[in-house]
Amino acid sequence: MTMKIVFQKTSGLTDKPTHYCPGCTHGVIHRLVAEVLEEMGVLEDTVGVASVGCSVLSYEYFNCDMTQAAHGRAPAVATGVKRVLPDRMVFTYQGDGDLASIGISEVIHAAARGENITVIFVNNAIYGMTGGQMAPTSLIGQKTATTPYGRDVSVHGSPIKVCEMISVLDGAAYIERVSTHDVPHIQKAKKAIRRAFETQKRGGGFSMVEILSTCPTNWGLDPAESLEWVRDNMVPVYPLGVYKNKATGNL
Amino acid sequence: MGKVLMKGNEVIAESAVHAGCKYFFGYPITPQSELVAYMARRLPEVGGLFLQAESEVAAINMVYGAASAGVRVMTSSSSPGFSLKQEGISYLAGAQLPAVIVNIARGGPGLGNIQPAQSDYFQVTKGGGHGDYHTPVLAPASLQEIVDLTKDAFDIADRYRTPVILLGDGMLGQMMEPVEFTEGTEIRKFAKPWATTGTLGDGPPRTITSLELDAESLEKRNWDLQQKFAVMKANEIRYETYLTEDADYIMVAFGTVARITMNAVNKAREAGVKVGLIRPISLWPFPEKPFLETRDRVKGYISVEMSAGQMVEDVRLVVEGHAQVDFFGRTGGIVPTQDEIFEKIMMAAGGVTV
Ligand SMILES: Cc1ncc(C[n+]2csc(CCOP(=O)(O)OP(=O)(O)O)c2C)c(N)n1
Ligand code: SF4
Ligand SMILES: [Mg+2]
Repeated sequence: MTMKIVFQKTSGLTDKPTHYCPGCTHGVIHRLVAEVLEEMGVLEDTVGVASVGCSVLSYEYFNCDMTQAAHGRAPAVATGVKRVLPDRMVFTYQGDGDLASIGISEVIHAAARGENITVIFVNNAIYGMTGGQMAPTSLIGQKTATTPYGRDVSVHGSPIKVCEMISVLDGAAYIERVSTHDVPHIQKAKKAIRRAFETQKRGGGFSMVEILSTCPTNWGLDPAESLEWVRDNMVPVYPLGVYKNKATGNL
Repeated sequence: MGKVLMKGNEVIAESAVHAGCKYFFGYPITPQSELVAYMARRLPEVGGLFLQAESEVAAINMVYGAASAGVRVMTSSSSPGFSLKQEGISYLAGAQLPAVIVNIARGGPGLGNIQPAQSDYFQVTKGGGHGDYHTPVLAPASLQEIVDLTKDAFDIADRYRTPVILLGDGMLGQMMEPVEFTEGTEIRKFAKPWATTGTLGDGPPRTITSLELDAESLEKRNWDLQQKFAVMKANEIRYETYLTEDADYIMVAFGTVARITMNAVNKAREAGVKVGLIRPISLWPFPEKPFLETRDRVKGYISVEMSAGQMVEDVRLVVEGHAQVDFFGRTGGIVPTQDEIFEKIMMAAGGVTV
């Protein structure tokens, strides 16, 4: 009797156990990216660029060639790789501190140039790795290590909405925001990642998927509460959906 | 190909093309802008790629990406922009990636001015960015020498997997001289099995990183780096000596200042003073030999620099008190004249000015 395989570990990930905290959705997002690369059959043609944040060791987990960039600089590094190897798949994997704060210039200009790369942008509204400080994406009122009284607009300004900002650039080809707070949304997230990589594959230009993600450790919530916090607090501030898709004329 | 009249900045660019560099990422800054413009025009002609980055920070990280993909790549800047590249240079050194970075230095600190200076000597020879590292630094004194040293810079970068700095000053970048490029010289090819190009099904995935969370492993990696620096010290020292055999006094100068100093040395010789010149060409590794060979027989050394006194510290380190070490410098973009250097020599030799 042959058994039907209903679930299999993706070959897009190595066997190394990840170091992510219990309930952290970084791991889920890794798997989505890895599955898409596997399903598209492009793992051997892919160069990933790891950033600085909790995902700094992502080069240990993705089963493809990986290079590690300085904090915020992944889109510039990816530009260098892609310009040398235009027929390879090149992606960055960046947190919100990395992308929206120290590296905002690099990502904006990569998008403006229409750099044919894919950016996986993990927005957990906090600096996870350094112990829970305010990120540019932290919500108004959110308590963090550096906003102990809550994020105050008059002092810290308002959250940066990266998809909204990037999608106005002509070079941006595919921009979508998705979430990981329940299974249907995770499935949607995977489809978005697939569309982003497909955009790159056909030379469409800059693609980015912003993925709302949890940080139970620094939010001070358990894993289940964290998913609810994404749904109830982050999604209203960061509306989900396709912000730009040049292929369908959704400009 | 015969001699052509070119600007220093253009010679660096054309020499890089001759060395097989097809990728350049840059950002405009005076006095090196001609280099960027030359590359923008020239690289498409040879099937290469020029990209103007949004900042020096981005440019050096694009260099990091291109180097990790296994090609010869260059960026250039001048002092304020070079400071911005230091983060990336530290990462290149840590991740052991080859690249050539040009600094056509200008007056500082801060925005300073756009006149020639050598006041980035500390920055380029002592590491410059964070962490325990050095980068080889080559300092040409003429446009013809740029041709050879640019090629050497790429070879050293590939051979040792290291960023290499080509240091000039605004004068070298802006001056025009006839130069000759030897056509058809072979471009040395170095195997780069470590490059992250996509595995293409050939072997397991590769990783390029400067991160090592385990202290013991990072210490080991750092000692390995030091070992590499020791090999560079043994093999990559370059310098020139002029009239040092019988010299009572030896001048020390690099780059364009060495040329002016050489004229002053000639004038002093005519006046009967036994004076010579040591011209370091590799600023790191610093040439110790010509000092060790002379320090017990000369009366003194005079380091001449376009700074408030930087290389003179390395001279003192190697002379170790065996002879007097003096300094003469101009800063702020002022180029020392042959006459003032001559006067300095005469004062040292006889205590009198002429
Ligand atoms: C130049 C520089 N500045 C600061 C740091 C410290 N640092 C490491 S990770 C990080 C923030 C990461 O936050 P994010 O990008 O949101 O990733 P997360 O850990 O939340 O996934 C900071 C500030 C650094 N490594 N380099
Ligand atoms: S600190 Fe936060 S973001 Fe980092 S691994 Fe833990 S839960 Fe995830
Ligand atoms: Mg974060």
